[in-house]
Amino acid sequence: MSPLLSIDNLSAVSRRDGKPILRNVSLHVDSGTIHGLVGESGAGKSTISKIILGIVSGGVVVTSGSVMLGANDLVRMPEREKRVLIGSQMALIPQDPLTALNPGRRIGDQLTDSLRMWKGMGHKAAWARGLELLDHVAIRDPQRVMGLFPHHLSGGMRQRVLIAAAFAIEPKLLIADEPTTALDATVQKQVLQLLKRLQAEHGTAVVFVTHDLGVVAQICDAVTLLFQGKVMEQGTAETIFNTPSHAYTRALLAASPRYDDPAAGLNPIDDAVIAACRAEVAQFDGAQHA
Amino acid sequence: MIELVAKRAGMAAITLFGVAVVVFVLLRVAPGDPIAMMIGPGATAEDIVRLRASYGLDQSLFNQFWIWLGSLVQGDFGTSISRRVGVGQLLLERLPATIELAIMALLVAIVLGGFIAIIGTLWRRHWSVGAVDGVNGLLLAIPEFVWALALVLVLGVALPVLPLSGRINPSLPTDFKTGFYLLEALLTLRFDLALDLARHMAMPVLALALPLAGIIARVLREALGEAMMQDYVTLARVKGMSELRLILSEAMRNAVGPTLALTGVQFTFLIGGTVIVEKIFSYPGLGNMAIDAVINRDFPLIQGLVLMFGVIFILINLIVDFAVVAFNPRLRHG
Ligand SMILES: Nc1ncnc2c1ncn2[C@@H]1O[C@H](COP(=O)(O)OP(=O)(O)O)[C@@H](O)[C@H]1O
Ligand SMILES: [Mg+2]
Repeated sequence: MSPLLSIDNLSAVSRRDGKPILRNVSLHVDSGTIHGLVGESGAGKSTISKIILGIVSGGVVVTSGSVMLGANDLVRMPEREKRVLIGSQMALIPQDPLTALNPGRRIGDQLTDSLRMWKGMGHKAAWARGLELLDHVAIRDPQRVMGLFPHHLSGGMRQRVLIAAAFAIEPKLLIADEPTTALDATVQKQVLQLLKRLQAEHGTAVVFVTHDLGVVAQICDAVTLLFQGKVMEQGTAETIFNTPSHAYTRALLAASPRYDDPAAGLNPIDDAVIAACRAEVAQFDGAQHA
Repeated sequence: MIELVAKRAGMAAITLFGVAVVVFVLLRVAPGDPIAMMIGPGATAEDIVRLRASYGLDQSLFNQFWIWLGSLVQGDFGTSISRRVGVGQLLLERLPATIELAIMALLVAIVLGGFIAIIGTLWRRHWSVGAVDGVNGLLLAIPEFVWALALVLVLGVALPVLPLSGRINPSLPTDFKTGFYLLEALLTLRFDLALDLARHMAMPVLALALPLAGIIARVLREALGEAMMQDYVTLARVKGMSELRLILSEAMRNAVGPTLALTGVQFTFLIGGTVIVEKIFSYPGLGNMAIDAVINRDFPLIQGLVLMFGVIFILINLIVDFAVVAFNPRLRHG
C-alpha cells in the first residue's frame, strides 16, 4: 500500500539570502499512523508542516521535490484546488492555543467552520455536531462553551477546542505542530492522551512535530530526526529508541529528560556530535554545488 | 453605569461652558461690529446707540455673558442680529440638512474606504497593490474644498450631470414635515424627491467623503494586514477559507475596533469641512449659515452655532466610545 503522505527530496531556501532551510527531505506517512518530526528549534519542522498545509510564508522558496497527498502533488497544484483539498482532508493543531482562535468569533462558530464548508451541514446540524465534538474532548457544559469567546477559556480548554475542531471533518492527515509546548506539564499529558485517543478512534494519520523525544516515545509509530533541514535518521519508533544508528539520535536520546526518571536530569548535547552534524550538512551542501 | 453617564455628562457640560466662554470673548475682542454691518448709510449716532442698547451690546462684557448664559440654560439662544429670528429656531431649521449631509458623507467614506482597504489587503502581495496605494495617496493628499472645486468643474460644468447648488430643485413640492428631507422622502416612498435630493447632495457628499475614505482605507488596511498575520487566520486558511473570506469574516471584525476610534475623530473634522463645502455648493446647512453669520458679525448666531457644533462633537465622541466597546468582545463580554 502506498503511503498517504509522501514527501520526496524536498528542498527549500530562504528568499532573502538563498540559505538552505530544507535539504532533500524525504518522509512518508502511512494512513492511521503517527509520524514524529523531531529536531531542535530551527531544524525546519514548522517549515515542513507549513509546506504540507500550503501556508508557507513568502520568505521560503521550495526549490525542488514533491509533497504528495495520495495522488495529488501539493507543491504543483493550482491554488484553488489545493485550498479545497487541504481544507477538506487535512487539519492543523497549532502550537499556541492562545493565538490560534479568533478573539472576535464564538467558539461554536470557529469549531463548526469546516463542517459547514466541507460536510455540507447547515448551521443547525453543524452546531449540534459541535456540541458532540466538545463533549468528546471532555469539555464540560458544551452548550455554554459553544457560545463563549476564546478569552473566556483557559489554554488547556482552548487546545481541546482546537483538537475538536481539527477532528471535526475526520481529516485523513493531521499536522500537530508542537501542540503541547505552550501548556502546563499536567495539561500537556491530558492533551496528549486525548490526541492519541481521537487519532486511534478515527484512524487519522498524524505528523507530530516536537522537540521532545519523551513525547515521541509515548505516541509515535515512526520518527524522522531533522538537523538544519536535513534528515539525520529515520525509522520506526522502536528502531530509533532501541537501536539508534546515528550519533545525533543517540546524543538527543541521552539529552532528553527521562520522563520515567526525572531525577536523572538533563545532559547537554555533546559539542563534538553537533560539530559532526554540521560537517555532514556542509558536506551535503558541497555535494549539491559540485 | 449611571456613574459613568453622570461623569460623561459633567465633562460635557464643563467642555461646553469652556467653549461658550472662549467664543464669547473672542468674538468681542476680534475686530468688527454687528451694528456697523446692519445700519444703512443715513443712520444717525442716536440710531446706533439705540440699536446697540436694543441688542444689549451697551452692557459690560461680563453682564452680556451672564445674560446670554442665563437665557441659554432656559433654552433661549437669543435673536440673530442679521436675520432677526430666534437663533434656536435657525439652528433647528438648518441642523437636519447638515446631519443628512455629514451622515451620507460618512457612509460613503466607510463604503469607499472599506472597499479600498479590502482590495489593498487582497492584493497585498501583488504588484497591482501599487494602484491601490496611488488612489489611497491621492485621497489622503487632497483636502475637501479642492475636491469640491474639482467636482464642480468636472461634474457641474464640463459634463453638467449634477446640479451645482442647493438642496432640492425649487420647482418640486417641498412639503416636508421634518428637516430630514432625504430620510423622509425615502420613508414615504417618494423616490422622485429622493433622487433629486441625492443628486443635489452627490457632489458635497463626495467632496467631504473622499478625504475621510482615504483615512479609513489607510487605517483599516493597516489593521487588516496586521490581523491577516495572526495565527487564527492561518488556522482558518488551513480550514480552506478563501482569501476574501479570511479578510471579511476573520480579519475584519478585529480590524474594525482600532479603525473606529480614529474614524470618529476624523468624522469631527469632516463636520468642520461642511462649513466650506456647504458654502461652495450653497447647501442650506449650519456651515453655510455659519459663514454668513461670521461675515455679518452676528454674535448670537455665531455663539449658537459654535455651541451646536460643540454638542455634535461631544455626541460623536460618545457614540464612538460605545461603538469601540461594542466591537471588542473582551470589553463586551467581561
Ligand atoms: N519566513 C521565513 N523566511 C526566511 N526564513 C525562514 C522563514 N521561516 C523560517 N525560516 C528559517 O527556516 C529555518 C527553519 O525554521 P522552522 O521551520 O520554523 O524551524 P522549527 O520549526 O524546526 O523550529 C530557520 O533557520 C528559520 O530561520
Ligand atoms: Mg517550529
